[in-house]
Amino acid sequence: MTTTYDLGTTSLRETNQALHAADVEGEHEITNLAGSHNVAVGLAAPIKVTIHGHVGYFAAGMNQQAEVTIRGNAGQGVAENMMSGTVRVTGNASQSAGATGRGGLLVIDGDAGARCGISMKGIDIVVGGSIGHMSAFMAQRGRLVVRGDAGDALGDSIYEARIYLRGTPKSLGADCVEKQMREEHLTELAGLLKAAGYEGDDPTTYKRFGSARTLYHFTHDNEY
Amino acid sequence: MTHTADDRARMGLRESATFDRVTIAAIQRAAQTGIYDIRGWGAKRALPHFDDLLFLGASMSRYPLEGYRERCGTDVVLGARNAKYPITLDIPVTIAGMSFGALGARAKEALGRAASITGTSTTTGDGGMTPEERGHSKTLVYQYLPNRYGMNPDDLRRADAIEVVLGQGAKPGGGGMLLGQKVSERVAGMRDLPAGIDQRSASRHPDWTGPDDLTIKINEIREITDWEKPIYVKVGASRTYYDVKLAVHAGADVVVVDGMQGGTAATQDVFIEHVGIPILAAVPQAVQALQELGVHKKTDGVQLIVSGGIRTGADVAKALALGADAVAIGTAALIALGDNDPKYAADYEALGSAAGFYDQFQAGQDPAGITTQDPDLQQRLDPEEGGRRVANYLRVLTMEAQTIARACGKAHVTHLEPEDMVALTIEAAAMARVPLAGTSWVPGLASTGGAL
Repeated sequence: MTTTYDLGTTSLRETNQALHAADVEGEHEITNLAGSHNVAVGLAAPIKVTIHGHVGYFAAGMNQQAEVTIRGNAGQGVAENMMSGTVRVTGNASQSAGATGRGGLLVIDGDAGARCGISMKGIDIVVGGSIGHMSAFMAQRGRLVVRGDAGDALGDSIYEARIYLRGTPKSLGADCVEKQMREEHLTELAGLLKAAGYEGDDPTTYKRFGSARTLYHFTHDNEY
Repeated sequence: MTHTADDRARMGLRESATFDRVTIAAIQRAAQTGIYDIRGWGAKRALPHFDDLLFLGASMSRYPLEGYRERCGTDVVLGARNAKYPITLDIPVTIAGMSFGALGARAKEALGRAASITGTSTTTGDGGMTPEERGHSKTLVYQYLPNRYGMNPDDLRRADAIEVVLGQGAKPGGGGMLLGQKVSERVAGMRDLPAGIDQRSASRHPDWTGPDDLTIKINEIREITDWEKPIYVKVGASRTYYDVKLAVHAGADVVVVDGMQGGTAATQDVFIEHVGIPILAAVPQAVQALQELGVHKKTDGVQLIVSGGIRTGADVAKALALGADAVAIGTAALIALGDNDPKYAADYEALGSAAGFYDQFQAGQDPAGITTQDPDLQQRLDPEEGGRRVANYLRVLTMEAQTIARACGKAHVTHLEPEDMVALTIEAAAMARVPLAGTSWVPGLASTGGAL
């Protein structure tokens, strides 16, 4: 059975609290979005939530276990600090998509704005289109897959996160370098593409980027 | 042979006030290493502070309360504006945010114990929430920081309040750092970082930038936690009047203002000493902002917690008299735990420091076992005994504040008001907006009431 929440008649607070209920299960749909912020945040159960329309900031923020599909565009910070589960945006996403995410899979079928994957800590992000500037800034763990191009300063101050990019970065940020694509990376990438529904892509057409690890210790040469 | 100070005076040797010995040593150190000085503690320079204020005890025109007999309340309620479960503190002194990472787990546990014994709150820090700290803290404030190290919704739900940190007094505008010596496997695991690296923290939140964004962010946290918990916003003291106004507009239930004397575990010395303003100059700005918004000292208003250089019950009383609802202590709590204890004098000297001067919290070699992840050094700190010492200190702060409040005729410490005080210096009078002692002169006060 599917439960539907119409944000025109049910408040956001009631909707989110219903989705937080201890006994929540099954499938849920949210309609009449009108760009609402903080839709379906803090979910913590293995439920399916489909959001029909464009959402504002922080949709599906801190998601745990739930499978959330946003049929539209997402504003700033979609799936921020996600822990587990899946969030899919069928349109484009604004800046800071998947920020600080610690687990789970975020798929954006369109483009993502600036700072995609900023401070990511274990999340996997797959972007169907291109990403904006300063993406994967200080990215700590997890994988960022981009089927298009990247803006300026990709992976600035990156730690141990891995970036797979099919297109071209406008520029690389401090300490981010292109790395060799070894067998294990091709396998890993193929798995991520499959999980995101892009199994038709040839992993060998991607490049890998990561940390040169020259900023890991303060020395007289890297003060800033 | 080393000359004494008298010898040098006799010989006509004069130390430069501009290039004093500390300055000369700093230049020599910079020239030798090519790296800026990173240290712990807060601003060490002399600053206008609460010492420059005095209370006008009661006499003929006011009458005091009996020192040991008449009730003088100390309880404070925080965050009743929006939260289903506001925070009630028995005393108006809280323990400030200090990270697991900067401090060892035993030190965090000790602070939690002290807070629970005395009925106040303690606060997590940059490194996430540890089970030791949660387990021993009746009231725990969970910090939401730019790095989001260890941030997770389960801990948000486990917290009693959530503090969105924009900055701290030691480094407004700067991110934290934790040098590799302290990034143990456990610390690294909680932060999702490789062990042993010099960890650099962001200075800005990753998913929001201005006050309008913060409004949405605060609502997100409320939605995730079902509107149960008070949301604090912490700022380092700089443009305090404007920052507090914006924090209130963004929906803060409690605003925390940390002056430049507030401590840090690791920051550039140049940042600590030259960025930010003293807490004395910040409190009246914060109060003016809250008053103008109609939320100061109201049950459903916004509470103000101030920190940065609180050492005595007199400091507590002065902060409350200027309009704060509570204060927070950090450095003083560490000292009460055993930091800079003379019993470790030889150890401090072996590290090139001295008891009373030690500020190398970044180095992870703390002889007192507080600002370290070294298991052997941490064994020097007994969390139970440490908790008892900090609880004792918190009690003394509270009793001292009560002593002053009673002397001013107040039945509750939060009834103290600016009118109870005068300033010893023109600078303090201008900053605190109370008259210079013996005069009615408040320098800089505009005809509208505030100085801004």
